[in-house]
Amino acid sequence: MNDKNTTAFETHSEIKDGEALFRIDNLCKSFGKLSVLKNISTEIKKGEVVVIIGPSGSGKSTFLRSLNLLEEPTKGTILFENKDITDKHADINLYRQKIGMVFQHFNLFPHMTILRNMTLAPIKLLKMPEEEAKEMAMEYLKRVGLEEKAQAYPNQLSGGQKQRIAIVRALCMQPDVLLFDEPTSALDPEMVGEVLEVMKDLAKSGMTMLVVTHEMGFAKEVGSRVLFMDDGKIVEENTPEEIFANPKCDRLKDFLSKVLI
Amino acid sequence: MDLSNLLILPQNSISLGLSSFQAKFIQCFVDDNRYQYLLKGLGSTLLITLFAVLLGVILGFLVAIIRSTYDKTGKLKVLNAICNVYLTVIRGTPVMVQLLIMYYVIFATAPVTKIVVAILSFGINSGAYVAEIVRSGIMSIDQGQFEAGRSLGFSYSSTMVYIIMPQAFKNVLPALANEFIVLLKETSICGYIGLMDLTRGGDIIRSVTYEAFLPLIAVALVYLCMVMILTALVKKLERRLRSSER
Repeated sequence: MNDKNTTAFETHSEIKDGEALFRIDNLCKSFGKLSVLKNISTEIKKGEVVVIIGPSGSGKSTFLRSLNLLEEPTKGTILFENKDITDKHADINLYRQKIGMVFQHFNLFPHMTILRNMTLAPIKLLKMPEEEAKEMAMEYLKRVGLEEKAQAYPNQLSGGQKQRIAIVRALCMQPDVLLFDEPTSALDPEMVGEVLEVMKDLAKSGMTMLVVTHEMGFAKEVGSRVLFMDDGKIVEENTPEEIFANPKCDRLKDFLSKVLI
Repeated sequence: MDLSNLLILPQNSISLGLSSFQAKFIQCFVDDNRYQYLLKGLGSTLLITLFAVLLGVILGFLVAIIRSTYDKTGKLKVLNAICNVYLTVIRGTPVMVQLLIMYYVIFATAPVTKIVVAILSFGINSGAYVAEIVRSGIMSIDQGQFEAGRSLGFSYSSTMVYIIMPQAFKNVLPALANEFIVLLKETSICGYIGLMDLTRGGDIIRSVTYEAFLPLIAVALVYLCMVMILTALVKKLERRLRSSER
């Protein structure tokens, strides 16, 4: 039973810090005649925290969602850990186990306790013994300060608590990268802080993260690179310092003048 | 006009009514062990309902899963088309006609008992309705639940089993219970193929005793009791499933 896991961990160690985890080449996505992503090419390196900003409708969520094929690309390739996941014969379920995702609307499973939410996938997919999965989950719950909620149901939690749970649920699969799709956009303003705190911790621990967000403060503080997207293309990419202090293209200047007051 | 004259019945007509009721009751149910018609009929009704429900649920879930898989992923095109034909034909024709066709055409020469014909007819009929109920339940679950399951690495079918179905089932339970109640009562047309179910049993008593009121009311009461018991059971199940969410 451990064969699969060992190979999974070996691929783990193949990619070292600073090497490319994702190689995206000429990625296109269109819904019917509407083309949402236009020839996007970039690399995401291991250990990076990449923040994707841009006006709504610019394709940033679609880009993020195509990285684990929740949106199937119309054209182009995505290499994840040097393997083409857009290949027809690729077992996407196996790759998704290593690509965690956190959604805007949390998407916790309402019919399960918090503990079950977190342990279901490790038990069923990684074949982790139940006791071990529970211990791991409790460990994560402690890290985000929610251990007393283990037996609660999602409906009993606040938005901020739900999102923290969603993050640790993704972590329970021991992913190599975490994708965040506007993780704080559905939260009350006073709950944004607690979720960003968890994300900052994660970033510091060396997790590779891709974050679509409107939280410019987060981008400045923990981002190692910022991608600015507009009209389905990556218009500008640079370190946060450069992006916010010296924006080059007019579109970015215009965007920043509206979001940074 | 003196109203009191009209309202007050003579003393002896009440006792006459009581004793004639008693006589009729004995005539309808006790003489010649006529209650046996109801009892045996009830047995057939329950047997047909039980297995028709089982068949209906199995068929219904299958069809619902095929149809919603097609809606979501575009796969299973051929099966989906077959399911659509099934739904159209079954929901487009009266269940009684289906029962008659089943008995007089499809199984006309086959050595199959009437009970089996009835179970098949009602099961196949119910499956079409269950399918649409379950499909509406699957569709009612937020797409985000599906994406969350897939993003963790679950396959399409595991996501269905662990995440979508338990929630969908909870949502459609009242509608499903309703369908079973309808099915239970619909089996009362079994008499048309000469099968003695509860309704037919009561009707036989009526025809041999020339007494319509008591046997038919008795039949109605038995149906009512069964539906009430069924409703109570479903309510209990519903409460148990919901308790986890508060």
